Order: sequence, then structure tokens, then C-alpha cells
Amino acid sequence: MLLIIFRRLGQSIFVLFLVAFVSFMMFRYVGNPVDNLLGQEATVEQRDALIEALGLNDPLHEQYFGFVVRALQFDFGNSYRGALPVADMILERLPATLELALVSAILAMLVGTLLGIYTAIRRDGFLANFIMSSSLIGVSLPTFLIGVLLIWLFSVELGWLPSFGRGETVQVGFWSTGLLTVSGLKSLVLPAITLGLYQMTLIMRLVRAEMLEILRQDFIRFARARGLSERVVYFGHALKNTLVPVITVAGLQLGAIVAFAIITETVFQWPGVGLMFINAVFFVDIPVMSAYLLLVGTLFVVINLIVDLLYLAIDPRIRDGQLKRQNS
Amino acid sequence: MSGEKSLMSRFGESDFFYSFKRSPVTLVSFAVVLLLILLAVFADLVAPTNPFDVGSLNLMNGFTPPMQPNAFTGEVFFLGTDDQGRDLLSAIIFGLRVSLFVGLTAVAFAMLLGVSLGLWAGYRGGWVDSLIMRAADIQVTFPSILIAMLIFGIARGLLPPSMRDELAISVLIISIGLSEWVPFARTVRGTTLVEKEKEYVQAARLIGLGSGQIMLRHILPNVLSPVLVIATITLALAIIAEATLSFLGVGAPPTEPSLGTLIRIGQDFLFSGEWWILIFPAATLLALALSVNLLGDWLRDTLNPRLK
Repeated sequence: MLLIIFRRLGQSIFVLFLVAFVSFMMFRYVGNPVDNLLGQEATVEQRDALIEALGLNDPLHEQYFGFVVRALQFDFGNSYRGALPVADMILERLPATLELALVSAILAMLVGTLLGIYTAIRRDGFLANFIMSSSLIGVSLPTFLIGVLLIWLFSVELGWLPSFGRGETVQVGFWSTGLLTVSGLKSLVLPAITLGLYQMTLIMRLVRAEMLEILRQDFIRFARARGLSERVVYFGHALKNTLVPVITVAGLQLGAIVAFAIITETVFQWPGVGLMFINAVFFVDIPVMSAYLLLVGTLFVVINLIVDLLYLAIDPRIRDGQLKRQNS
Repeated sequence: MSGEKSLMSRFGESDFFYSFKRSPVTLVSFAVVLLLILLAVFADLVAPTNPFDVGSLNLMNGFTPPMQPNAFTGEVFFLGTDDQGRDLLSAIIFGLRVSLFVGLTAVAFAMLLGVSLGLWAGYRGGWVDSLIMRAADIQVTFPSILIAMLIFGIARGLLPPSMRDELAISVLIISIGLSEWVPFARTVRGTTLVEKEKEYVQAARLIGLGSGQIMLRHILPNVLSPVLVIATITLALAIIAEATLSFLGVGAPPTEPSLGTLIRIGQDFLFSGEWWILIFPAATLLALALSVNLLGDWLRDTLNPRLK
């Protein structure tokens, strides 16, 4: 067991170094850091001084090592545009993205699970069928189109909700939150739905499939035979058994939510790290791109690791399977 | 399967065609996809005007609502016009051409890459296999749209600014293709592992054929049927990925607007009430993505129920 955990940990660390290597290569070789920092009129002496100061003459592995050490200290260099430290830019924008991602993830899990249970219980009902077929359209709709259509309906036609920005924010320490003001909450509604809709349909379909599978099993029939109420059977017995795969998928989808936040943030001009990244791609701002890659890469590796370890802890079948493979 | 029957009549009697005929949803999606492909291919003939011919544009025609005569010139446009007086129907048909072209070539590229790597990994085994499959494992932990964006960004950084717009379409194809190769490689590797143990492969090896020839001439034809299913599903993903990148402004250049670019332009006019500039390109994209998705689902269920 311990061996598996250590192997899994080693794998994650290897991937992290790989991600760091890719962002290092980007940082070092895509675009020219010296030209970008000095401009056209610099003298040769100035250039040489800067090259020396940046350590660009050192052997490659030393430069890579230095890059990793600086990244661990949260130093990603300066943005080419505006010359601000990238770390400050990220810190300033991270709360916006995290709030959006968390709210959509919770929304997706709650509504997705509830709809999944409903469509499984009322399998042939009209409403359940309607929900199932509209979920297919939901899967085919690109995220940005969902956002644009929501803006059209709720901001332009009905005028209920704001179409861009975060509304008023309140500063709590270094964290600027939009969750404490009315305009902040109102601004959050459309982006959160846009970002969470795909994950919601995914979780709904998964819960439905798992519920249908479990409702067929003997222990459910026995529970009914014992005279338990429908509610206890559905929520106490059946739902509990569907949760392992749901938690796994939800955990893995957390990474996807962060990636798709780029799209949602652009549609709603939400001032988060995703919008920062897409602007960086547009203006070829390499330090910002490389820092974003490093950040998101780390996040993904950590999420995957946690999900895998949780899975090992929860489901004994997987644990035994892995052990057997190792012993043979 | 008697030899006298023609290929057409054999196809007409097959289970494949039977299940196709019996599913109205599939028939409709096939018709939609076919119609859209034909529109895109014959864009020059079908489109009422050439949206790229700046000389033919009349600014007076700007913001004409669909099916209504323009207030100044009296001209009628079926789907209306955009801010520069460009006929929206023509813009959509030409945008469709860009979207489909990028989608299809990106899938072809992903397929070529994925199938070759999968075949090689499965047949050679050993370190080649481990290396390719580990790379695939790492890549799938990242969403493909993110990978496509990163590759697009890096390519923009490597290219001199003057060539960025010119090569944008090729860069787009390569970045989407590189982000979608994994499912092809995994499936082909799996089937190759099974196929290479079979007697016909051993026989081919016995008569002294080289491994390249065995892989291409003997194993490849036997591992292709799931590839078709994956290609269709990937096509929907690729079309959406292209539209997304173009919508974000990091995809197709302004000189070659795709459906995603048109939607981005349309979003600007949403607040001033010119809804048609947004809604018609959006509806076209939705019809395309949904039909390809439905076709892919049906193909998967019919050809290879195991993939579900």
C-alpha cells in the first residue's frame, strides 16, 4: 500500500518537473527575453550586461534549476507588457477565478446529482425524458455559445443580470471577494451557469446511469421488502452507492473547470487568470503564458494525485488489483 | 455475400444501412451534415455575394435586418447584413468553409499521428510502447482545448509577427490536431496488441516480411474500424475547438473569418439590438456540431458497441 502511494507520488513529481521543463523552454527560447526587455535602441554593452544578469550564459541545466527554484519562490519574472511581476498579476486575479470555479463546481455537483436522481427514478416520465434529451444539446453546445446565449436572454432581452465584470468586490485581506455584495452575486450567476453546465450534464448522466444500475440490485429489493419508505431507499441506500464514481469524476472535472474558465472569463470579461492567459496568448506575452502553464499544470497534477489516492482509500478492489499486478 | 452482387446492392442489404434507415435522427443529422459540407465546398457558386470582395460592399447596406428591405438602398438580404453591409448568408457559407476545412484537416492530422504512434507502440512494445503511452497518459490529464491554446500561443511566439496571420490557419490545424491524437493511439494500440498475436501476422513474419510492411499492409486494415468512430466524434470536438479559439480571438485571422469569428463579431452588436449578426452563425455552428455528434453516437453504437 505504502509502496503504491510512493510510486504514485514519484510519478506526480516527475510530471511536475516535465511541466516545469516545458514552461522553462518556453520562457527561455520562445520569443527573445533580451529584446523584449530592452527594446531596439539598446547598446551591445547593455545587452551583454542583461544577458549576464539574467544568467542566459550559464549552462542549460543550471538555468533550468534556477527557474525551478525561482518558481518555487513564486517568482516568474516580469510580464513583457506593462513590466509588472507576473506573480503579482496572478495573485491579484486568482481570487476571481477560484470563486467562479468553486461556485460552478458546487452548482454542477448539486444540480447534476439531483437531476440525475430524478431522471433515474422517473425513468419514463415526460419531464425526465425532456431533461435527458436537452442534456444532449447541452453537451454539443460549445461553452462560449452558452455564455453568449445567456447574455442575450438574461442581460439584453430581459435585463435581469449584468453581462460582464464582477460587480462590486470587498477586500478581505489580500482576497477580493464578490460573494459579499448583491451586485457581486448577481454578476456571478451567468458565468457560473455557463462554466458549470457541461459538468452538470456530465454528472447528471453519470448519476442516472449508476442509480439505474444500483436500483436493479438485490439489496434495494430487500430494502423495499422490509417496508422502508421510498425516500430512505433512494437517498439512504441507492444514492450512497453511486457516490464513489461521482466524486472521482467531479474531482477530475475540477481541472477542466479551471481550463474552461478561460473561455467563460473571456465571454463575461471576468477579471481572472484565464482572461490574463488569453490576453497573453494574443500578445505573445511569454512569461505570463509560462507561469500560467506552471500553475495550472501543478493544479492538475495535485488534483489527479488526490483523486487517485482517494480512490485507493475508498475502493478496496482497486487497491487489491494494483497489489496483484505488482506481485506478479 | 455472393460475388455477382454489386457493391451498392450489398451495401443496401447490410445491417449497417438497415440501422441507418431505421433511425430518423441519424437520417436528419446526415442530411444536415451533407448539406453543410456541400454548401462549404461550393461556397463560390452558392453564396449570393463574395464577402471578401471589399469593392462590392456598400456601407449604406449596414445593419439591414433579415428579410426586410434596407432603409436607404431598398436591397433585401435573406439573413440580413453586418455592420459593413456584408451579406450575412454569404459570410456564414464562407465561414462554414473555414470551420469545416480546419476541423477535417485537424482530425486527419490527429488520425495520422495517433494511428501511426498506436500501431508502432502496439507492434514494437518495450520502451517505444512505454514512452508513447506515458506521453498519452500525461497529455489526457490536461483538457485538449488548453493544450491547443498553449501550442497556438507557442507557435505565435516562434513565428515572426508578419507571418502570424498568414500561417494562422495552419497553426490552428496543427495545434488542434496535436491535442486530439491520444484516443486514436490508445485504441489502435489496443487492437494491434490483439492482432499481432494472430496467425496471419505470424505467417507474414515467417515469409520474411519486414515489420514496416506487416504493420501497414497486414495489421493496419484490421484495426481501422474503431478509428472511423473516433474520427467522427473527434470531428465534432475539433469543430468546437476551432470555433472556441476563433471566438477568443486567437484562432482564424480576420481575413478568413470562421463561424467562431462571426459569433465574436456578432457579440459586439448584441446590445444594440442587431441580434441576427450573432444568432445565425451561432445556429449554423450548433446545427453542425450537434449533427456530427449525433452521427458519431450512432456510428459508435452500430459499428462498435464495446466503445460505449
